[in-house]
Amino acid sequence: MAKDILVFIEQRERRIHPAGFQLLALAVDLAKTTDGEVVACLVGEGVGELVPQVAAHGAKSVYVADDAELRLYRAMPYAAAVAAAIDAADPKILLLPTTFMGRDLAARVAAKKKAALAIDCTEVHLDGNDLVVSKPMYAGKVSATFRLKGDRLQIAAIRSNAYSAREPQAGATAETKSVALQLSDADKRLKINEIVSTSSGVKDVTEADIVVSGGRSLKSEENFKIIYELAEVLEAAVGASRAACDAGYQPHIRQVGLTGKVVTPKLYIACGIDGAIQHLAGMRGSKVIVAINTKKDAPIFKVATYGCVADLFTLVPLLTKEFRRVKTH
Amino acid sequence: MRILTIVKQVPDSNAAVKVLSDGSGIDPAGLKLVCDPFDEFGVELAVQLREKRQDVTEIVALSVGPEKAAEALRVALAMGADSAIHISDPALDTRDELQYAFVVAEAAKKESAPFDLILCGKYNIDMDAGAVGPALAEFLGLPHVGAVTALDVAADGKRFSARRRIEGAEEVVECDLPALLTIEKGLVEPRYPSLPNLMKAKKKPMTVLSAADLPGATDGLAGVEFVSIAPPPPKPECRIIEGEPEKMARELVRLLREEAKVI
Ligand SMILES: Cc1cc2nc3c(=O)[nH]c(=O)nc-3n(C[C@H](O)[C@H](O)[C@H](O)COP(=O)(O)OP(=O)(O)OC[C@H]3O[C@@H](n4cnc5c(N)ncnc54)[C@H](O)[C@@H]3O)c2cc1C
Ligand SMILES: Nc1ncnc2c1ncn2[C@@H]1O[C@H](COP(=O)(O)O)[C@@H](O)[C@H]1O
Repeated sequence: MAKDILVFIEQRERRIHPAGFQLLALAVDLAKTTDGEVVACLVGEGVGELVPQVAAHGAKSVYVADDAELRLYRAMPYAAAVAAAIDAADPKILLLPTTFMGRDLAARVAAKKKAALAIDCTEVHLDGNDLVVSKPMYAGKVSATFRLKGDRLQIAAIRSNAYSAREPQAGATAETKSVALQLSDADKRLKINEIVSTSSGVKDVTEADIVVSGGRSLKSEENFKIIYELAEVLEAAVGASRAACDAGYQPHIRQVGLTGKVVTPKLYIACGIDGAIQHLAGMRGSKVIVAINTKKDAPIFKVATYGCVADLFTLVPLLTKEFRRVKTH
Repeated sequence: MRILTIVKQVPDSNAAVKVLSDGSGIDPAGLKLVCDPFDEFGVELAVQLREKRQDVTEIVALSVGPEKAAEALRVALAMGADSAIHISDPALDTRDELQYAFVVAEAAKKESAPFDLILCGKYNIDMDAGAVGPALAEFLGLPHVGAVTALDVAADGKRFSARRRIEGAEEVVECDLPALLTIEKGLVEPRYPSLPNLMKAKKKPMTVLSAADLPGATDGLAGVEFVSIAPPPPKPECRIIEGEPEKMARELVRLLREEAKVI
């Protein structure tokens, strides 16, 4: 009976996505219940060098698929690599991050392995052999619970920041096991010609621990400067409402919401954003939400942890100053 | 070129979703249902391809869902799809995205000719999972490109290049057809189905399939059981920070560091 927990560690350019460490922390807990081990899977080119980082977060062995064909993420070769790792590791559960890569892969691998699948889980626990998961539905308006049957492989993609990473354990080691990969020509049909950065050096909203967002009330692209200044001291990403993007104050890649990006950072600061249901769909899963709005009955305050009924043009620069002050102390 | 577009009927994003008191589902009373906006991107793209090219022979829209889901197919037909397949059978209606993809794959396999291009939304706004497209591609042995923001199909209809969105970047990819694409916002702007077109759509062929027509579709894939649905865990009441702006800023920063511990 399979009892190990396999964690897919997402990396790009040999940089591990922070969600990987959060998944390992969850896997350590799950493995206690199943009486199994935490094993991880690294896919890419030259990714063997990442094994110590993965070991430091609790993996006892790491399946490494290292191949020039795997340098850039492509769904089919990566799914083949993860499937090969599953064949070798025979895990009970596979955990992935809910990222573009994780969603894609989870679905492909689940289809290959006829597994039970759930994506964007905010809570998971074992009930006997079954994995019980909670996930938001209808853009976060409800939370649904599903039971992934224990008679087969269970695959869960976990929402970023739903679980916290642990402190790495210096000196922890893991056994490296190489995954033999056989790719067919069919697996290689897709070619990546180029990767164009759209964030122009600025962090993307989906990757940041802190997001500072502005709404239509900023009134111009220029005025967004104060949002960027606050983001800079916080090492945060900048987001925007659709109204702000449609007005041209910010590019659409920064749009947060139903038709923009869904973010779940540790801290989301909404500046002059009303809190339309479609905006909430993109950020209500954030751990802590700060709302700054002149209108005290703006719907954003219904989801906020802390609220400031204030003019953002006054308060945001003061916040930047205050954060800068405490940072240098 | 035969194009398949998958559409799903979902609650309107503006609608308040009410949970039934026994947690068995959401209250259908008065709930406005629409064709998923991301799926409409797929339908629009198919129709634009036909307007631009000579080689698009057929656009088929497909949906899995109860009788009412035919409305989403009518929207697709009014936008320009030629025919529709409605898989309508409680035995096949599922909240399990993998099962859903499997059912669609079985229906696609049953078609007399294969599809060259399959289009879905990036994800559906009910499940927010985005698993249907990649899983369907896997079941059909096709490559897929997710979250497509730009597309160029070669003149010979055998290859395409596309841009797809990932975190903080876009990939420029190239691939053979047949393939499956999931569509991101911004690639196309769905047309509004006009009244005359909605009338015409009623005359377009719609095939209704049940479990009996898709004997393989219920095979052992159902690894996910729905348990219950609940309003999201309640957020503690918002703490309004009072005072002059300077004091407000100091207090907020203090709370974020000392109470919430997120900085
Ligand atoms: C199908 C569909 C999809 C959508 N998808 C998205 C989406 O993905 N993302 C999204 O954001 N929206 C989306 N929308 C739009 C959404 O409904 C709202 O229109 C939009 O979010 C409003 O943006 P806003 O809050 O910036 O602007 P407004 O509604 O104009 O709100 C401005 C807010 O700023 C406050 N304010 C004004 N001046 C100040 C000041 N000086 N200081 C502090 N506060 C101030 C006001 O009190 C108000 O609350 C979608 C809509 C539809 C129909
Ligand atoms: N400077 C402002 N101060 C306070 N509220 C505003 C301001 N500008 C707009 N609003 C509010 O923002 C919402 C949308 O504004 P608008 O898009 O400007 O019509 C309305 O509810 C207004 O009351």
